[in-house]
Amino acid sequence: MKLQPQSYLAEHTVRSWLLTHDHKRIGILYLLTIIVFFAIASVAAALMRIELVTPQGDLVTSETYNKLFTIHGVLMVWFFLIPSIPAVLGNFILPMMLGARDVAFPRLNLLSWYIFIAGGVLALWSLIHGGVDTGWTFYTPYSSTYSNSHVISMAAGVFVAGFSSIITGMNFMVTVHKMRAPGLRWFRLPLLVWSLYATSLIMVLATPVLAITLALMSVERVWGVGIFDPKIGGDPVLFQHLFWFYSHPAVYIMILPGMGVVSELITCFSRRRIFGYGYVAAASMAIAVLGFVVWGHHMFVAGQSVYSGMMFSILSYMVSIPSAIKVFNWTATLHKGSISFATPMLYALGFIGLFTIGGLTGLFLAALAVDVHVTDTYFVVAHFHYIMVGGMVMAFMGGLHYWWPKITGRMYPEFAGKLAAMITFIGFNLTFFPQFILGYLGMPRRYHAYPPEFQFFHILSTAGASILGVGYLLPFLYFLWSLKWGRVASGNPWEATGLEWQTPSPPPTHNFEKTPVVTREPYAYDAVTGKEEPQEGLMQQTSAV
Amino acid sequence: MSDEIISPRIYFKNFGALIVLLLLTIGAAYLDLGPLNFVLAMLISLTKTALIALFFMHIRWGGKMLHLAAGAGLLWLGILLALTLGDYISRGWLPVAQH
Repeated sequence: MKLQPQSYLAEHTVRSWLLTHDHKRIGILYLLTIIVFFAIASVAAALMRIELVTPQGDLVTSETYNKLFTIHGVLMVWFFLIPSIPAVLGNFILPMMLGARDVAFPRLNLLSWYIFIAGGVLALWSLIHGGVDTGWTFYTPYSSTYSNSHVISMAAGVFVAGFSSIITGMNFMVTVHKMRAPGLRWFRLPLLVWSLYATSLIMVLATPVLAITLALMSVERVWGVGIFDPKIGGDPVLFQHLFWFYSHPAVYIMILPGMGVVSELITCFSRRRIFGYGYVAAASMAIAVLGFVVWGHHMFVAGQSVYSGMMFSILSYMVSIPSAIKVFNWTATLHKGSISFATPMLYALGFIGLFTIGGLTGLFLAALAVDVHVTDTYFVVAHFHYIMVGGMVMAFMGGLHYWWPKITGRMYPEFAGKLAAMITFIGFNLTFFPQFILGYLGMPRRYHAYPPEFQFFHILSTAGASILGVGYLLPFLYFLWSLKWGRVASGNPWEATGLEWQTPSPPPTHNFEKTPVVTREPYAYDAVTGKEEPQEGLMQQTSAV
Repeated sequence: MSDEIISPRIYFKNFGALIVLLLLTIGAAYLDLGPLNFVLAMLISLTKTALIALFFMHIRWGGKMLHLAAGAGLLWLGILLALTLGDYISRGWLPVAQH
């Protein structure tokens, strides 16, 4: 009798986890870490929403409120959203999608997690010792000259975590170039791989600019070298140029992998080939490149020249084209598909609607004249939450449900999953849609007290946030439940295409017993039956010991 | 990645060249060339960067993929500089309203 290879979860010692080189285990280490940061950042958000129930600042002082939105922003952006899909799902799935045993540099992969932890510890140290009040954007000269909070240690945390991002990006790029299975040509790659490749490009090219920007800000703060503070010969707008050269592409670090996940979900749950594969893949690369030339739309009212603003406005409109291509192609894929509304699909459909609202309101903000009216208002807050939470978090949750059977070997409870997806969708819209109205009416962001006429919308928003909280807590509970009591998952519970489904759930340490040979395009669902088309020479495995 | 073994002499020569350029930078700072001071300083620093990238970072001996990666880095730096300077250069173009 032939022995099946051992599951990657077979070893249980702490040492086996902390010294692992297995991309799947490293993905899980990232998952556990970002859950902690997500929880802390969510508590900060909850406190803000409770404070905003009444127009007076009666729960926290303005200084504490400043620290709450800073910790919420810093942790959510750099310690949850940026690593969420790339470092968690990407680490777990990418090598399997390529038919590889691991990423190109497994030791570096583990190092990137330790670096991420070091950055996170610095950020938490800053939080415990009194926090930071600059906002996640660290705008100068406030951050470099006037703030009395722990700016340097928090910036150092972000600086260090950035190296984790660069290493992961580089690792993924080399893996995609060098580790593809025989026959897996570029245009046979799953679209999540294209998205992760485009994301990696941004991580490698943009993150160093953030590092040097935060370093320069620290140099000015510590040694008083005039770089950004006009009082000592610097220029504060220069900080914004450098900061947004990273931070706008960082939005695409957050959303591009989400788009990749949605492409996987839409095809699987409508049993259809993706409509316009080449265009969707090219759109990922176009978003990655164009995303680098739009940063000035964050600075329309910051003193940037009008001519520069006009150019950045046009360029910002251009980046909406590849995003729209993706939305239209997902919709066209659904057309005449055999659609099933499993939990991952509900999240994917939610993503498409919410991302579209977020994207279209982005066009409002890219229009120079409208932006003057709504800059630094809740309109902006609502817009980017529709992209980052409505888009990325929905995609992350969809992806987590989709690959949960592969990760753990257990199914989550489907009814509870659907319920959580619906609650999240309703809670999200109730939280953030009123903020569009608030912003348009003139409510500025980052204030803990406000005129009474805005109270109605703030109450709606806080009520929505409490529903959203339930939507996030529920999956946390049933995922834990499923680890012990969930139904045992087969190797391919969704009957999906893709190499990651051709290996047992949970997979063996080196993923495949024999390197698979790819002979067909991705998403090879039969046009009539919707079933997966068979592939010659592909080894099927069903269970692992 | 190239497997070629580079002679230590090349590194020493480069080191010498970088020291000479450093001395040139310091010397140029004492000359009053008006706006050309900046141009001269930038030219010297670009030469230093090129020496480091080509020899110490082995780009001279690297394959096409390495050249592409280095080129992409330079192109992206170019985007950052061009669009940022575009703002600074065009700030004075619009006449300020007189009151």
